[in-house]
Amino acid sequence: MKEETLKVKTSNKAVEEHMKKVVPRRVFLTTACKMLAAGILAPMGSLAAILNSSFAGESGETSDWTRVWAGKEWGFIVDTEKCIGCARCVDACKQENQVPPDKEVFRTWVERYVETTQGVSIDSPNGGLDFEPLAETEEKQFFVPKLCNQCENPPCVQVCPVSATYRTGDGVILVDGKRCVGCRYCIQACPYGARFMHPKTHVADKCTWCYHRIAKGMRPACVTVCPVGARKFGNLRDLKDPVTQIIRKERVRGLKTDMGTKPQVFYLGLDEVVV
Amino acid sequence: MGYVFPNELEINWGLFIVLYPYLTGLVAGAFIVSSLYHVFRISSLKPVSRLALIAALAVLLVAPMTLISHLGQPLRALNMLWTPSPTSAMAGFGYIYSFYLIIVLLEIWFMYRKDLVKFAAIKDGWTGKFYNLLTLGAKDVSEKALHIDHKVVGILAIIGIPSAAFLHGYVGFIFGAIKANPWWSTPLMPVIFLLSAIVSGIALLIVIFEVTCWIRRVKIDFECMMAMNKYLWVFLILAFVLEILEIIFIGYEGKEEWPAIKGLIFEVIPVTFFGVQIAGMVLAFFLLLASRKKNISQFAARIMTFVSGGAILLSVLAMRFNVVIGGQLVSKSLVGYTKFHIPIWEEGIIPTLIFLVLPFVLMTIMVKLLPPWLDEEPLAAVTVKRRRDFQAARGIEGEGAAEEIPTLWGRAASTLVFGKIFKEVE
Repeated sequence: MKEETLKVKTSNKAVEEHMKKVVPRRVFLTTACKMLAAGILAPMGSLAAILNSSFAGESGETSDWTRVWAGKEWGFIVDTEKCIGCARCVDACKQENQVPPDKEVFRTWVERYVETTQGVSIDSPNGGLDFEPLAETEEKQFFVPKLCNQCENPPCVQVCPVSATYRTGDGVILVDGKRCVGCRYCIQACPYGARFMHPKTHVADKCTWCYHRIAKGMRPACVTVCPVGARKFGNLRDLKDPVTQIIRKERVRGLKTDMGTKPQVFYLGLDEVVV
Repeated sequence: MGYVFPNELEINWGLFIVLYPYLTGLVAGAFIVSSLYHVFRISSLKPVSRLALIAALAVLLVAPMTLISHLGQPLRALNMLWTPSPTSAMAGFGYIYSFYLIIVLLEIWFMYRKDLVKFAAIKDGWTGKFYNLLTLGAKDVSEKALHIDHKVVGILAIIGIPSAAFLHGYVGFIFGAIKANPWWSTPLMPVIFLLSAIVSGIALLIVIFEVTCWIRRVKIDFECMMAMNKYLWVFLILAFVLEILEIIFIGYEGKEEWPAIKGLIFEVIPVTFFGVQIAGMVLAFFLLLASRKKNISQFAARIMTFVSGGAILLSVLAMRFNVVIGGQLVSKSLVGYTKFHIPIWEEGIIPTLIFLVLPFVLMTIMVKLLPPWLDEEPLAAVTVKRRRDFQAARGIEGEGAAEEIPTLWGRAASTLVFGKIFKEVE
């Protein structure tokens, strides 16, 4: 009962549906308008908007999301100086987001760089879960955690043929699993290798900064489990947020910035050999 | 080899996506050959002008099957038509493809309308009804009506050229506009795809023309063959120059992606790149050049042209492989290469071969339904004799046996019968 009243309050469509039944002329007019709109805008996808009632429901909820997004612009900091390569983040991410643990697909992973006189060797066995410990040497060694950069100018969103992937108002790129056709164009377009085809759902999948958690005021799973604070998550619109403070005061940089993607994951202590 | 991102262990676009640009390329190329006759009035190409369109249609029908089979959610394929994203290079595919399919279907219909009316008039039973249906009720075969048909075919061919170029250049754009992939990302990609498409289409027609003439035991139109030989050579040079130019530029500029590209072509895909793609083009170039020498016999010239055609078909297939798979073998880390394991079943070698054979099966059916041969007189002469033998052998006499004549002879037979009917009407 409680749920029902809520629905009526939030969705004007339900009221409209009721009104349509009462006023036949209105039905005629709305249908006529819809058909006219469909005729003009059909190729642009409006047809689906009218045929697909769930879409109408979504547009009704838009105002709610605007409230959720208000005053938020999420940002992420990775401190490569702190990361110890324990890969708890990789494990936590797989558990939190139903990423098959036995498959070679990752929403986040940790890379290990070893610089010797011969050159750089990079590895990330099973996303970092299977690192073999290295002996302490004089060589330069460090870890770099990777995840979706939630680009401000995301190539994956640009290329998606059905707009199944989109950027939310608070700056996170999401995939609508019900809309994705599985063409994998977004996987090709991502310069960071952050996307993959989900082996079970057969749609594109990626890091969402645990959107289901952050929308409720929690932090992403990987940030929560990091024992050394190498991953930080915060609101860039909030000037007092520690993440904003770091970006404003420290020297940070994103990955592959020459691609023009404007990544929103900022790295501290990023070495030039990092790919 | 080297380091690849953990998500890159899987090759996302497999053999079906290798096939797709290959098949659309054949379509675009075959269509352009047909248009060379219809629009540019290159009369030596007349004998293949109809065959080219039938071949284009057969391949065109198979092409989207590869794409849909590749989708993770094939049942949502039409979402690209209902809810296209205006920023996506891929979203226009459905519209461009449909538009082009309509152009090809219309052109074929107008081209065959006279024949359809003929067949509808002379064939009994369901075949007659079928042809009757195909005429769509437009049975006016007066001089004036046929003249209009001819004009419409010309106009459709003119619209078809940019459409074919767009259909395939667009496929090149889908790859060329991916900045994340250094082996794909070049503005030359649409042009390279288009030229290799034209080259492969001409090669396909050379092979089909030679094979069908051999099967039909008809003397091949040498002039037509050599015209295709000439166009193949010209477009081959353009395609080769662009493909090589692109690599020379990447190498000469030597930006950060060059070591990765160099490793790709010299260490990862040297066999398919140098051994098939480049070698095929070079072989065809010299064979075509030699076949045009005066002291070469017609037979030798034909064989050389045929071999060149086959070499180009293989070379372009390898080129699609080298672009589509090769591009994904280079890790976006630029310091490693993924391995490609060719699967057997799922998007593997067997369905790929089926998709490669299917257009030819369709082509055979279509050629039986809509004979594209224009060498009516010699064929008629042959088939009348054959037809008499056939009837004598089966102890049948008279015109009533007409519908039992195999469809390959149908056209010749129809010309005879139809001619009689017309005389009676007059």
